[in-house]
Amino acid sequence: MNQSDTTEPMIRLDRVSKVYPGQSSPAVAELSLDIARGEVLVLVGPSGCGKSTTLRLINRMIEPSNGRIIFDGEDVTGVNPDLLRRRIGYVIQQIGLFPHMTIADNVATVPRLLGWKKDKIRARVDELLDMVGLEPNVYRDRYPKELSGGQAQRCGVARALGADPEVLLMDEPFGAIDPITRDRLQNEFLRLQSELKKTIVFVTHDIDEAMKMGDRIAILKESSQIAQLDKPEHILAYPVDDFVDDFIGSGSTLKGLSFERVRDLELSPYPMIRHNAGHAQARRVLDEAPQRWLLVLDDMDRPLRWVNDSHLDRTDRPLRDLGHPVRAKVEPNATLHDTLEAMLTSMAGCACVIDKRGSLQGVVEIEALTDVIRRLRANARKHYEDENGQSQPTGTPS
Amino acid sequence: MSGITNWFEYVGDRWSDVWGASWDHLMLVIQVMIVATVLSVAVGVAVRNNATLRNIALGVAGILITIPSLALFTIFIPIVGLGFKPAFIALLLYAILPILRNTITGLREVDPNVLESARGMGLNGTQRLIRVQLPLAWPVILAGIRVSTLITTGFAAIATLVAGPGLGIFIKDGLRRLGLPLSMESVWTGTIFTILLALALDLVLSTIGRFTTSRGVR
Repeated sequence: MNQSDTTEPMIRLDRVSKVYPGQSSPAVAELSLDIARGEVLVLVGPSGCGKSTTLRLINRMIEPSNGRIIFDGEDVTGVNPDLLRRRIGYVIQQIGLFPHMTIADNVATVPRLLGWKKDKIRARVDELLDMVGLEPNVYRDRYPKELSGGQAQRCGVARALGADPEVLLMDEPFGAIDPITRDRLQNEFLRLQSELKKTIVFVTHDIDEAMKMGDRIAILKESSQIAQLDKPEHILAYPVDDFVDDFIGSGSTLKGLSFERVRDLELSPYPMIRHNAGHAQARRVLDEAPQRWLLVLDDMDRPLRWVNDSHLDRTDRPLRDLGHPVRAKVEPNATLHDTLEAMLTSMAGCACVIDKRGSLQGVVEIEALTDVIRRLRANARKHYEDENGQSQPTGTPS
Repeated sequence: MSGITNWFEYVGDRWSDVWGASWDHLMLVIQVMIVATVLSVAVGVAVRNNATLRNIALGVAGILITIPSLALFTIFIPIVGLGFKPAFIALLLYAILPILRNTITGLREVDPNVLESARGMGLNGTQRLIRVQLPLAWPVILAGIRVSTLITTGFAAIATLVAGPGLGIFIKDGLRRLGLPLSMESVWTGTIFTILLALALDLVLSTIGRFTTSRGVR
């Protein structure tokens, strides 16, 4: 847990506060936060918790009342804010494209401010439009009013990436977009980020979006106090207090399964048999195994049927015609969430893991999932006990 | 029918006078409008972010427009004498309000999210004004300029009372000789050419608008 101590954070907030005159409680109170290079840090919390204010403190759209902002090792609390902002991409929910400029001119805004050469700007604009999925030849000369909401937000992201900033600040960027388009934009954004590896601070009030987008999540309560800051799977497995527990809502165990993959499971043996074996042999295999169901495979080891005790010996029909067809099949990179869904529809309550050609690699039983959940919780608890152990040496060992 | 024929004869006989007066009228209006536009936009830009200053500026411009026109044309004579100058000053003071009000409205109607994103990308105050606010406010400002130009072209006919230039001379002469031959033809000449001038200027301004307004905000 101390691998990040060796490298300098991209952004460091050092006891930053924001107090508005005439307000009893500060909008942001003594917040200290390190944002590592290349990570997506999501600030999430109920409305009014100060998450947007915190974001806007980083590019000094809001000036801090106290504390220091360290950007790439440099104290930027007192530098010219316009010059600072040209180094930081900024995307807001309402996008704010310039309606009187073409898409190309919008995207070229920061490169122009930085005095890039014309050909370089033109090439960069085309590259960016291409990157966000707007065909340059079609969209370059259009105006913002000619774009749909999703296209406008892509353009907003392209504009924020204009001069290739190392840091992106995104304030509920997908908040005003319909659920289907939002899901697509989120996926495209994650794909883009896996190539670009920008340092991103992302604000949302939607915990599910936070879980999906964040490498780490900071759950904030009022005055931007950090309730919990960790990887999403740790937060889901081990919410530190009632506030976090309430905020992540019900079903956190299920959501946690979305972060685990089938290929990482250790699968226990399952009774199985070739389709051309006899009933007597099938019964012997089933009797020797603790499971109630027997899996019938074809010549290529592809799962065919689920057969149980009641199906055997009643007829002379071959095994491939008995029992129930196997429908619950998952590939090794499926999430445990998807696997569980498949299992719930399966006759035997199990999911078959198959490779690309359809051959069986193993069978997932419900115990395998409950083991994972127990292990996740134990790991997360241990992680927090270790941390508490460091800061409070008197803490009781488990 | 004969009245109209007579009027055409009247204008035909005095064409060089009519043309000269029209030209002087036009020049007076254009000079007034250029100065009024620069002045009003500058004041509008200066006061846009301060409610008190905004109200003062609009209040003063509003008072100016309520001063009776006959009075406004004459009160500057003791300071600047007769002729072009008092007419120019009076027309200028009248021309300010529509442009100033539209400048302030136009600048304030710019979507705050657009300004937020402009600021977030590192455009400083001047760059935001010149690259974002003024271009977006321009159609509204231009609408004010057009209203102001129409008013100024009409009012400029009064300039003749302070020995100023323009088509007002035909109206004044007609009134002076009312009932005598050709008096109404003279009044109509001043009136019709003033209207034609106003329409021509409005057409020019609307054409300018078409070429200076971004397709994205039309």
